[in-house]
Amino acid sequence: MDAMLRFLIGGIVVSVFAILGDVIKPESLGGVFAAAPTIALATLVLTMHKHGGVYVATEGRSMVAGAIAFLAYSCVVSFVLMRRRPKALTAAIACLPIWFATAAGLWALWLRR
Amino acid sequence: MRLKLRFDSLKQTKPMEYVSRFVFGGLVTVLAGFVADHYGPVIGGLFLAFPGIFPAGVSLVEKHKTLREKAEGKLGTWSARGQASVEATGASTGTFGLIGFAVVLWRVLPTHNFLPTVLMAGGTWIAVSWLFWWMRERM
Repeated sequence: MDAMLRFLIGGIVVSVFAILGDVIKPESLGGVFAAAPTIALATLVLTMHKHGGVYVATEGRSMVAGAIAFLAYSCVVSFVLMRRRPKALTAAIACLPIWFATAAGLWALWLRR
Repeated sequence: MRLKLRFDSLKQTKPMEYVSRFVFGGLVTVLAGFVADHYGPVIGGLFLAFPGIFPAGVSLVEKHKTLREKAEGKLGTWSARGQASVEATGASTGTFGLIGFAVVLWRVLPTHNFLPTVLMAGGTWIAVSWLFWWMRERM
């Protein structure tokens, strides 16, 4: 039941932000919506109800690290697409290890302590 | 550069693309919840900023730009991939807003009520994202 609710809320929130990203021009500003806090917004109420504020705040601290990893990842994807011009989906998926590596590095250096 | 709303761009997105975004968004949210439930909030929180729909987003930008260029009789692949790069650059400015959103949750939520904190976090995301986008446009 919890997973189904998360799926529905997540699907709706992501779709709304994706539509906003499509509608808003110029494209560089529309692209901002690709980094909207969609997953967080979709799960916040459920997590708050289930675990409380301290738990969500702990998630927030880790989310800072995840967002820094997203910054590194999106900069590399943008650079690769601009310089090499591969297929966008290929570049975006091939660069995903950068997000995982940066997030894991920040976890090891900062969050684990 | 002025902010514009172009609702005609919604017509370029096919129904199946809307469905795939919904399904993908739902799956990523369920996955993030699953990770938090099994590995705790420290690992789970990382996935709240996972670029789940980013690959689909840049892919759609490339696809739509290619179709527009082909309709004008051009090949379009090169400029469409450049357009996808612009989208990715926009996302990178948006990540500063995402960091701001997360900092508000982290620092403010333990001492303040939930709803005002979430509203403040959302406002921070909008303000910081816009500020970084504005600065980048003027570079």
